[in-house]
Amino acid sequence: MLKIENINVFYGAIHAIKGISLEVNEGQIVTLIGANGAGKSTILRTISGLLKPKSGEITFEGKGIAGKPAQDIVKLGISQVPEGRRVFANMTVLENLELGAYIRSDKQGIKDDMEVVFQRFPRLKERLTQLAGTLSGGEQQMLAMGRALMSRPRLLLLDEPSMGLAPLLVKEIFSIIKDINTTGTTILLVEQNANMALSIAHQAYVLETGRITLSGDAKELAASEEVRKAYLGG
Amino acid sequence: MDFSSFIHQLIQQLINGVSLGSIYALIALGYTMVYGIIKLINFAHGDIYMLGAYLGFFATAVFKMSFVPALITAMVGAAICGMIIERLAYRPLRNAPKIAVLITAIGVSLLLEYGGMLLVSPQPRTFPAVFEAQTYNFGGFVVNNQQIVILAVSVLLMIVLTYVVNRTKVGKAMRACSFDTDAARLMGIDVNRVISFTFGIGSALAAAAGVLVGVYYNSIDPLMGIMPGLKAFVAAVLGGIGVIPGAMAGGIILGVVEALVSGFISSTFRDAAAFAILIIILLFKPSGIFGKNVREKV
Repeated sequence: MLKIENINVFYGAIHAIKGISLEVNEGQIVTLIGANGAGKSTILRTISGLLKPKSGEITFEGKGIAGKPAQDIVKLGISQVPEGRRVFANMTVLENLELGAYIRSDKQGIKDDMEVVFQRFPRLKERLTQLAGTLSGGEQQMLAMGRALMSRPRLLLLDEPSMGLAPLLVKEIFSIIKDINTTGTTILLVEQNANMALSIAHQAYVLETGRITLSGDAKELAASEEVRKAYLGG
Repeated sequence: MDFSSFIHQLIQQLINGVSLGSIYALIALGYTMVYGIIKLINFAHGDIYMLGAYLGFFATAVFKMSFVPALITAMVGAAICGMIIERLAYRPLRNAPKIAVLITAIGVSLLLEYGGMLLVSPQPRTFPAVFEAQTYNFGGFVVNNQQIVILAVSVLLMIVLTYVVNRTKVGKAMRACSFDTDAARLMGIDVNRVISFTFGIGSALAAAAGVLVGVYYNSIDPLMGIMPGLKAFVAAVLGGIGVIPGAMAGGIILGVVEALVSGFISSTFRDAAAFAILIIILLFKPSGIFGKNVREKV
């Protein structure tokens, strides 16, 4: 579904992504794990068009998308939940969800999808007219995910969904991610919480300072000595 | 001055101040909306107001339009010019340091002022009387119909703007871009189009102010935008730059202060009062009346 071939991304003079290739197959959860600063978010930002790769190819369902503007990539069916949620804090929950459906004009479809989001995140329905900035961290994460789903993505990019959340909430969020996947959305998940990420993913890539050092079946990686030592605390 | 004549004078100056202030408010809205999205103080904005006045002038004097069609023509014309300026002068500098864009804005301002002199001559022009001046006397308070038109048009435009920003899709996109540009991009919002739209709306409001002032003072010239442009900037800062209701309130407050200073002290101190407000605001509450104290992200 998504194929990245040998991309290089720079932040000014800093070579952040050094010739990375990876693949996301339809229907799967693929996770990118690695330490802070390894370049995980940079890869997601490059896929969604916020950053342009200096070289390399990104194809989504057969179409080249590298270097396309972000708004075109959303229209193709890729939606991103950015790191740190980035909800529109000065707008209501409802307005945030409406902005998620910005590219769509089918009023009835938007309404129906909003109901689906409310079923998944009942808390959002209770807080519909509240400003997003007044929500708790977990609620903001749910809003950011609901907002991203409103564009009806076929591929959902999730950047550190567990960041700053209490362990119980992390569990809840991950079970929701799994559920979103089983209802037909392919997921590329970036996480520092490697344990949780590997437990729900099909495939995994391990990133170290801009390069992929390991990749393969998530269960196998979780069992491997190298990954256990470096990322799973033993 | 006895007490009753003091009160009389006070109310009269409040009336004058509110109508002058609504002009500042219309211009200040353009400053504040553009700043809200691209963090640029568009110093050419006062000259768009001048441009609007001239468009209104040609519409009425040459094409013999009546007030409302002339107003709309000026607003549409200025909106197009504002969007062209953004496209040609500011968009190529989107990733340039802020100071480069600011200097460009000053350059555009000078271009409009002196280009305007070249095109329409530096001589002031007399704005045709689009409607007969009438003065109404409400229990001793003098209000003329031009003041009423200024206030009515300004209030109407501000209501329309508030509706657009709060209720429409493009308004939500504007607020989203202003809050977090990258997050807005991830929603599929074409940020360049929203910026262009913002320049269009801001320019149209400034043009309306230009036409209203032309009607009120009867005289327009290519440098007429400098002082109101600066004053409207003060108004925008006073209300909290980037905050739309702040620009409206800031404009009205500034107009009232100027009118009171002119009425009770001396009209020569009018400008001094406006800029004293700027200094005081920057010293004690730089975020403005309605602004939140946010630290600039580095």
